[in-house]
Formats: sequence, C-alpha cells, structure tokens
Amino acid sequence: MPESLLELEGVEARYGPVKALHGVSLTVAEGEIVAVLGANGAGKTTTLRAISGTVGRSGAIRFAGNSIAGRSPESVARLGIAHVPEGRGTLSELSVAENLRLGAYVRRDRVGIREDERRVLGRFPWLDDRRGQRAGTLSGGEQQMLALARALMLRPRLMLLDEPSLGLAPTAVAEIFRIVRDLNEREGLSVLVVEQNAIIALEAASRAYVLEAGRVAVEGGSDELRRNESVRRSYLGY
Amino acid sequence: MLLAIDWTQLAQQTVIGLSAGGLWALLALAIVLIYRSTGVINFAQGEMAMFSTFIAWSLINHGLSYWEAFFLTLAISFAGGIAIERVVIRPVERAPVLTIVIVTLGLFFVVDGAARWIWSSETRTLPNAFSTRPITIAGVAFSIQDLGNIAVSLGVVALLALLFRFTKVGLALRATAGNPEESRLLGIRVSWMLALGWGLAAAMGAVSGMLTAPALASFDQNLMQPVLLYALAGAVLGGLESPFGAVVGSLLLGVFVNLTGTYVDWIGTDLRVPVAFAVILGVLLVKPTGLFGRPSARRV
Repeated sequence: MPESLLELEGVEARYGPVKALHGVSLTVAEGEIVAVLGANGAGKTTTLRAISGTVGRSGAIRFAGNSIAGRSPESVARLGIAHVPEGRGTLSELSVAENLRLGAYVRRDRVGIREDERRVLGRFPWLDDRRGQRAGTLSGGEQQMLALARALMLRPRLMLLDEPSLGLAPTAVAEIFRIVRDLNEREGLSVLVVEQNAIIALEAASRAYVLEAGRVAVEGGSDELRRNESVRRSYLGY
Repeated sequence: MLLAIDWTQLAQQTVIGLSAGGLWALLALAIVLIYRSTGVINFAQGEMAMFSTFIAWSLINHGLSYWEAFFLTLAISFAGGIAIERVVIRPVERAPVLTIVIVTLGLFFVVDGAARWIWSSETRTLPNAFSTRPITIAGVAFSIQDLGNIAVSLGVVALLALLFRFTKVGLALRATAGNPEESRLLGIRVSWMLALGWGLAAAMGAVSGMLTAPALASFDQNLMQPVLLYALAGAVLGGLESPFGAVVGSLLLGVFVNLTGTYVDWIGTDLRVPVAFAVILGVLLVKPTGLFGRPSARRV
C-alpha cells in the first residue's frame, strides 16, 4: 500500500456539548478516491469538517506526514486541501469569475494560476460564457460544478467533497462524478468524498468507509462493500 | 399653480445639500461596511470619527498644515480602527448580534469619555480645508468649501469602490462579508478582513469628521452625533446592505433636508429633520429593504 496522503486516527469532534465523532480512523493514499458513506447524522460531514478545521476536534490528523489537527481552516486550505462544502458551496453574491479567482486566493504564482484557469475553463467551457453572472443565479447543478471548478483553482493535493449529489438531478450527479473520476485518472487528484448516494460513490471510489453514529462501522474496497450483505441492504437498497 | 423658480437659489441650495449629504455618506458607508461583515450597526462610528477629528486638531495645533494633519490622521484612524476591532470586537466575534451591539454602545461612551478626558470639554475650531472664497460657475456663486466637500466625499467613495472591485484584498473583503465560513475554506483570513473593515470604516469616518468640523463656528465632543443620526438615516434609506445605496441615500437626504428647509415655509429649520425622518419612514413602509437594498438572490 502506498504512503498515506491523509491519515485520521481516533478523531473525535463535537458541536458544543454534543459529540459527533467517536474516534474515526481513515486514510487516503496519494491519487486515490475514497468514499465515506452513511445515513444522515452518522458524522460524514463532520469528518470533513474535522479535517478542514471548521469543527472543534481532537485526535491525530496528518496530511503528507505533518499534523494538521491544530490548524485553522485558513491554514489547512493553504496546505492544498480544497474543501467543497455541501449545498452549492459558492459565494452567491459574487460573479462566476470572482469565485474562480478566490479559488486561487492563497496562491502567488500568477503564471500557474492563469494556466489553471485555462485548464478549468477548458473543462467547464460554459463557465466562460457566464463569467460576469452572479453565482447565486446559477442552477443547483451549475453551482456545484462552479464549486468544483473553484476548488481546482487551488491546484489542490487533496479535495474534500461533501455530498456533491445533494439536491441535483441524476444527469447532473453523473456529470459531476464523471469529472471527478477524470480528474483523478488524468491528474492524479486525491479525493475524499462524502455521499448518501452509495451506488454512485462506490462506482467512483476504490475504497470506502461506512460511518454509523460517529464511528467507522465497516471499511473495505468498493467491490467488497458492494458484496457486503448489510451494506447492500442499508445503503444500496437491493 | 406655477411658481417662479429662482434657479440660482435652487442650484446653491442643492450644492449645500450635497455637501452635507456627502459627509453623511462617508459615515453611512463606514456603518454599512461593518454592518455587511458583522450584521451589526456600529453605534460608536460617529464618536470614533469625532476622536479622529480631535487628533487632527492636536496635530494642527502642533504646527502641521490642515492637509498634513488630514492624511496623518487618516493613517492613525486606520490603525486605530484595526486596533479597536482586535481588542474590543474580536473577543465577541462569535457572540450573538445583540451582544456586539451593546459592545459598540459601550465603545460609544468609552471613546466619548476618552475624548473629554484628553481634550477637555471646551470648544475648538478647525481651520478651513478649502478657500472660503465663493466661485462663480455659470453665473451662480458657490462656496468652494461645499464643492470641495463634495469632491472629497465622492473621491473617497470612488477609491473605495475601486478597492472593492479591482483588488484581491477587496474581493476577499466582499467574500468575507457574504459568507465568512466558506471564505475561510478558501484560505482567506476572515478575522483579519473584519479588522481591515474596521480600519477602513474608521478612516472614512475620520474624513467625514475632519470636513464637518471646519464648517462649524466651533465644535466639541458632540460634533458627530447629529452626523451619525443623518448617516444612519441615509444608510437605512438606501438599504443597509448596499454601499451604493448608503451613498445615494445620504446625498438624497442632504438635498431633501436642505431644500424642504429652504422652500417650504412651515418646515423652516425647525421641522426639516422630523419631516425628513417621516419621509424615510414612508419609504421603508413601501420598500422595507431601502431604495437599493435587495433580498439576496438565491436559487433553491
């Protein structure tokens, strides 16, 4: 097994007095897509928030060998971790172009940023025609794509994707996962994706963790999980 | 009934109204800037501006020219605004809105008291920023001071607009005001952006104060209290969420107050303030978000 890019060990997290994670451990290797599955309230979103530092957490979190457990969200982003929060994570009052520019906010390499902008717009050509449009006026699917495009502007080493399928039409969901897989295959992007839609998530991911009540209940390769009786019944629905 | 309109007087009174309105607009803009990023009206904004004006007065008293003192005070106010945010607001950053409002009220009294303690309560004068000569444009005499006030106010507004529209830090400030949580995920140091907003607001208030004082025969620590009232009214009229609205609202209010005071006999100088506020109330009943405020557009 290759060296882990991201490693969580016994991570706990709480919202005020309410404990949401009870010791979650997981790893993401360089160039891997890993899915986190589970029911509502199982702690999927909280797991991502613990990584990016938007929830109080304890336990070990290592990124590329360095501990990030005490870091603020700003400085986690500066390490090259792009967190795409759930629910069309765009800055709705700003234009499409401004959203993209902010994606590269922490970068200083002007040449690289321009290059990435060309690459991203090549992947989402319709964004170029909507440059001046306010992000809040895009459709749900378009906003989710914009959020993805903006995350790419960071040139991330790891992308955290929170429920990209939420509230989207099936064709939009398929399109988003097609793009994520393509990014992974061609550019070696590492992805940790949280999903309720287990079928589509297991298609994209090579491995997955199933959370139940803030703990990892099952983990394994995607094929293995698809064959797992209880996973199939609870999350795949057949 | 047709009235014979005295165009000269109308033009003069309009310019006087714009001059006052421009100075209110700067304070209104300061208020809107902080309101957008924290959801709180900074009731101490006027007192902070008054404090800045006293700093300018001290600098001038130590031999600086008006404009030397002006720019030095701007820098001091900017730094002071940042310091106030770091020391006073930061600890309550995540507190409920009402808590922060009370903190700004407390700040009002602290700044006011500090100014009285440092400079005592006697009245002062500030030299004129511009020549007091009148200037004749198209046969109408205007005061250079009024025109200068308008030019500086609009200039500051334009600079701020450029900052927000075309610079990276301006973009980050806007992102932070709209959505702080997400901005942090993009690596923006949101907490510093709030402090920067306080610095900018304090500097704008300082401009307002330093231009308000010379027009008065003398001033004391109550200098900015009427200005704060008008600025709040202008900001609410334009829409508290909209910087553009705050500027236009304040200018409209300035002209409206001055013209009604001049032309409507029964209003005169006594009733023009209540009448202005009655009109604002009327506007808000019809359009609660103000003239330029809009409910945020979001597709669901």
